[in-house]
Amino acid sequence: MNAREEILSRIRRATDDVPQGERPGDVAVERGYRHADGSSREEIISRFAETVAEYRATVHRVDGDELPEAIAEALARRGVQRLAVPADLPSDWLPDGIEALRDAADSPLSKESLDGSDGVLTGCALGIAQTGTIVLDAGALQGRRVLTLLPDYHLCVVRGDQVHGLVPEAITALGEVVRDTGRAVTFISGPSATSDIELERVEGVHGPRTLEVLIAG
Amino acid sequence: MARNERDAATAAPDAFSGGNKRDTPPFEVTAKVALADNQLRRNLGKATQAIRDKREAAAGEMPDWEELREAGSAIKTRVMRHLDEYLVQLEDSVRRAGGTVHWARDAEEANGIVAGIARENIGEEGTREVVKVKSIATDEIKLNEHLEKEGIHAAETDLAELIIQLAGEGSSHILVPAIHKNRAEIRELFMRELGLGDLSDEPEVLAEAARIYLRRKFLSAKVGVSGANFAVAETGTVCVVESEGNGRMCTTLPDTLVTVMGIEKIIPEWRDFEVFMQTLPRSSTAERMNPYTSFWTGVSEDDGPREFHLVLLDNGRTEVLADEIGRQSLNCIRCSACLNSCPVYDRVGGHAYNSVYPGPIGAILTPQLAGIGSSPGADSLPYASSLCGACYEVCPVKINIPEVLIHLRGKVVRNKQDNGGAKAKLDPENVAMQTLAKTFSDPRLYEASQRAALVGQWPLARSGAIHSLPGRLAGWTSARDLAPVPEQSFRRWWREERGGAER
Ligand code: SF4
Repeated sequence: MNAREEILSRIRRATDDVPQGERPGDVAVERGYRHADGSSREEIISRFAETVAEYRATVHRVDGDELPEAIAEALARRGVQRLAVPADLPSDWLPDGIEALRDAADSPLSKESLDGSDGVLTGCALGIAQTGTIVLDAGALQGRRVLTLLPDYHLCVVRGDQVHGLVPEAITALGEVVRDTGRAVTFISGPSATSDIELERVEGVHGPRTLEVLIAG
Repeated sequence: MARNERDAATAAPDAFSGGNKRDTPPFEVTAKVALADNQLRRNLGKATQAIRDKREAAAGEMPDWEELREAGSAIKTRVMRHLDEYLVQLEDSVRRAGGTVHWARDAEEANGIVAGIARENIGEEGTREVVKVKSIATDEIKLNEHLEKEGIHAAETDLAELIIQLAGEGSSHILVPAIHKNRAEIRELFMRELGLGDLSDEPEVLAEAARIYLRRKFLSAKVGVSGANFAVAETGTVCVVESEGNGRMCTTLPDTLVTVMGIEKIIPEWRDFEVFMQTLPRSSTAERMNPYTSFWTGVSEDDGPREFHLVLLDNGRTEVLADEIGRQSLNCIRCSACLNSCPVYDRVGGHAYNSVYPGPIGAILTPQLAGIGSSPGADSLPYASSLCGACYEVCPVKINIPEVLIHLRGKVVRNKQDNGGAKAKLDPENVAMQTLAKTFSDPRLYEASQRAALVGQWPLARSGAIHSLPGRLAGWTSARDLAPVPEQSFRRWWREERGGAER
């Protein structure tokens, strides 16, 4: 018997107490937890701003038409010269005088050039107010996973209408992407951190050490 | 304490290694050594207290915490009862998404599969090295040692794992494996092993040193190795939950990714993340959400590894599954909340368990994976508990650890009986355990006995611990202290808080 057959037959023997006719769905799963946050949009967005900030990420709220200006200011504060961006990032998000490293499908950025950049600017798939989480799904304005992994600074734009209240709402929204496209999904909650040395939190071991979030609209 | 004595107690865990089991010393022996180590107790006490308090706040913030625990438990129960179907479904989903699925009956088989994939993809030129993100399953099968024998170095990339790999030790905590080391010890180790010159003992400086050292490895690695927190049967999605970003590095940068997962890590649907992504982070690092979680579904064009291999590992799990009471041990999502809540773990630390699975979950999982009667070390673990029940109360998937402990104690004694003489049959512990097992499996009996114990214990409790039990149970407490029964049990408190609604 090969390993697959043997493991499956071991499992069947081990679970022979389970009645023959029982289907997986017959084992009841009560989902009595909260599924949606009934708060107003404004409340949800301000909660998101608070929870993200609690991870010591920098958060700014800006009006939609002020976005390019807010981006320019953030990049200037940080002193960013060479900025990695996904291929579909709108050009009006890019301030003058910044060298944009566009990650195009036909000329992808090398790991080394990403490692040597000063930061990365992306949008996101959605945000979760309950936990202060930004979710990337390699969709619009985000690009490949590696883009937001190697640079030391991540500036992320979240539209107000992308913020969900609770984790279950976000999982529902992402289910479609995963099922239909199989694209990878990444949850980001604050900058990279460790508490391995005497449980003292240190920001930035491997990922971007600084996360800055612009909530637009 | 003599140096060699300490070394014996902190040697790499070896409770089970698929086929070639080695005797491990019983818990009482290693626990005594650990208890005598004051530095360890200080580090550990500080750490567990801090996590305990934070976890309580993180769970307390959730009005539906109990409903989430209930759902998590039910989902896992469903998986275990139909594990064969879910594994076949997962295999199918991963294949459709462009991944390759391998099955491994035991450690040796799994190691061979990973080594084969590594050899093929590591390339001829460059370092013979794979980058690895902390995974207990790969610790369990001793993957690193096996790869080393094949001339391949497995570079651990978690800060804590790097620390203990450099120190040549085993992990002492599922979540914070270097919890027993303080900053001065880590500074010394880094200066000796990383060759980075003089460092201060500031955690930030030490973390920066690790970042520089490991970044070079990430950029050149051809093969990444990971474990999995969850794998979704419906979609084939695999999930790694982490804090530092090394998990993202290992699962994104190399051309080839190999994930080794225990067959019990499966969840039925994508939707089930709505439960576990709430309960796992709050129970483990006591945060609303951990910094990074990666979900990938097979391979994606132009994004991440070109090849993905998933190794499904049995290595004793089907034995655990066969025990109707022990089966719930497989529900574990490795959050480590039970370790932090455990008064025994708090004092002796993880090494005393001589297993990659320490603490309360280790006390039930290790002897089952290794097999009752396989070694005195494994057989001693079900006794490494005061049965206070704190682990059960914090467990996000409601594993009734005290129930399983008592059940296993019964099995240990019965096994001795079968292989021993008449003396073993009259073992008072055996008699007591049979009664207790019945009590724990019935909630009403359990509460009645807790109330009885509360009334009856006062003559026995001194300085917060029960040192001796009367009559037939005396032999049991002579070797271990019992925590006194709390004045108000959690179950009672909960019912009163919730206006008598029994669930
Ligand atoms: S047994 Fe429960 S509390 Fe302990 S690590 Fe597993 S899931 Fe967490």
